[in-house]
Amino acid sequence: MSAQDLSSAAAPAPAEEEADYNFAYLDENTKRMIRRALLKAVAIPGYQTPFASREMPMPYGWGTGGVQVTSACLTESDSLKVIDQGADDTTNAVSIRKFFERTARVATTTRTEEATIIQTRHRIPETPLTENQILVYQVPIPEPLRFLEPRETETRKMHALEEYGLMHVKLYEDIARHGHIATAYAYPVQVGRRYVMDPSPIPKFDNPKLSNCPALQLFGAGREQRIYAVPPYTEAISLDFEDHPFDPGGVDQPCALCGATGVYLDEVITDDQGTRMYVCSDTDHCEKTRADAEAAQ
Amino acid sequence: MYVASKGGENAINAAHKLMAEARRGDPSVAELSVAQIREQLRLAVARVCAEGSLYDFDLGALAIKQSRGDMIEAIFLMRAYRATLPRFGYTQPIDTARMMVARRISATFKDLPGGQILGPTFDYTHRLLDFKLAAEGGEAAPAQTAPADPTPPPHVLSLLNREQLIEPAGVAAPEDQAAPPDLTRSPLELPACRALRMQALARGDEGFLLGLAYSTQRGYARNHAFVGELRIGMVEVEFDIPEIGLTVSIGEIEVTECETVNQFTGSKTEPPQFTRGYGLAFGQSERKTLAMALVDRALRWRELGEDDLGAPAQDEEFVLSHVDNIQASGFLEHIKLPHYVDFQAELELIRTLRREAFERRTQNQEAAE
Repeated sequence: MSAQDLSSAAAPAPAEEEADYNFAYLDENTKRMIRRALLKAVAIPGYQTPFASREMPMPYGWGTGGVQVTSACLTESDSLKVIDQGADDTTNAVSIRKFFERTARVATTTRTEEATIIQTRHRIPETPLTENQILVYQVPIPEPLRFLEPRETETRKMHALEEYGLMHVKLYEDIARHGHIATAYAYPVQVGRRYVMDPSPIPKFDNPKLSNCPALQLFGAGREQRIYAVPPYTEAISLDFEDHPFDPGGVDQPCALCGATGVYLDEVITDDQGTRMYVCSDTDHCEKTRADAEAAQ
Repeated sequence: MYVASKGGENAINAAHKLMAEARRGDPSVAELSVAQIREQLRLAVARVCAEGSLYDFDLGALAIKQSRGDMIEAIFLMRAYRATLPRFGYTQPIDTARMMVARRISATFKDLPGGQILGPTFDYTHRLLDFKLAAEGGEAAPAQTAPADPTPPPHVLSLLNREQLIEPAGVAAPEDQAAPPDLTRSPLELPACRALRMQALARGDEGFLLGLAYSTQRGYARNHAFVGELRIGMVEVEFDIPEIGLTVSIGEIEVTECETVNQFTGSKTEPPQFTRGYGLAFGQSERKTLAMALVDRALRWRELGEDDLGAPAQDEEFVLSHVDNIQASGFLEHIKLPHYVDFQAELELIRTLRREAFERRTQNQEAAE
């Protein structure tokens, strides 16, 4: 589906009530409040900045943090891409893209290289990002220490004191018990050698893309009222041990549709006998690879 | 050949159409009007306004109609609408002592100035399905009411206060009086002041508060509560307009207020005296305000120098982080969204761990043989 298809299908004549909302839905005072939080987040890489998250017209847990960050960043000349699980056509990605088409009427695209702002859930695009792009992550639980210590009052203290021993013990215990670090997604990173950060539930396969990325990476957690950032060209190191270095994992075979290798693949069950095939999770990258191959023929 | 499914967009549009159809139900049955909901499902509307933090019974009724009676969905609609409204300022604190009461009861005194006024209540009804209501056109005969007393009844607890048998009513800290904290405009910070806690409880989920309050009655931080007073009625809302230097009444709202009297034998810092729990919500919300008062009292253990018994209702962070049903239901229901990328990563991990475990077992068997 091309960008033109999407916008023509999804942009009916704007209903009257939408005229009552500000550009990109949020009022300018709210955007200013969010932008101040964003500036603080960029100034302190990996630090979770509290912000007065608003109730959005979609449920908490469905990307309200990302939507608020995107809303505060969007300008009329932007081109927006929204993905969920790497795909532009997953239902919630469609819903969020439609929301901004209606409230901001910005151009939308499915092509990674054409987008200036990309809102994502659970993936980093395969196509390398550039300095002209902002990647906005939807974050369910911003606190990497949450499952080790449920209290916010405690975890804030632990970050302040840079006390990450508990996390290392957890990773060590994984290795002692299973021979591996048993975290497959939302794998913690240390940003700018200071704050340990949850990269949102991206597969650990995507972790290396976080580090020294030319694009600005912003993370919004609406329900938990937190914003954080990895500024361009900032180091984000996946936690590991010298004798157990970080392993991004991934399936060791090409995409069944486009033949790409070194990309993240979804496992698709094709019959009731459990026959499987592996296809690109990043639909735009898959289409591009196929188009390039056809053009080459 | 597998083709990645497209058309999420069409599916969403079709699902929304189907939902609109389901909302209407059988078209041969007359459609509900918003006014009917507002008048005849008034307690549901009150809950939607209370937990939606927006006092507008027409919008509350509309939200219930739109949500097909799903209360949390209706509350969500109110909240999302409320988030788009500008905030002009703060009203003066409402004065519930001047309430025109429709109902006012006390469980602590048999009779008292102003009397016991039962008002419209389910209390003492026999819970027998009334099949007469199922028949068409059941018009209720007008109820006999005594003429309203023009002087509002005094607060029951103020009577106890004369003897200093009960702690004085909470007074906001000076900085809070100037600008009360607003949970909807600034992120929740812990520990929270009592005013902020109350705000969270007032818009919190009735069911969650009910469960917590019940747990204190059953021994998890027990603090036996008497209903000192429960009053429901209309109060004036007054707003300071600095431009004209006047405080003007901008309308009336219906609220329920509950004050509990709790036993307290004294602590290192406080003398033995009765203590208070407080609940307030829009509309007729008795269960909600009762539960709120019990939870408020349980959360005050630190201020009163009581022991932390480790009970959930005493745990401010636990209560405030989980009392909001819009946050809770959103996060709970988001697990319906696709998670196949994470699941794929977990699949890989579990396959690796299983393979290695089998290899180890085989090696051990071979070594044993």
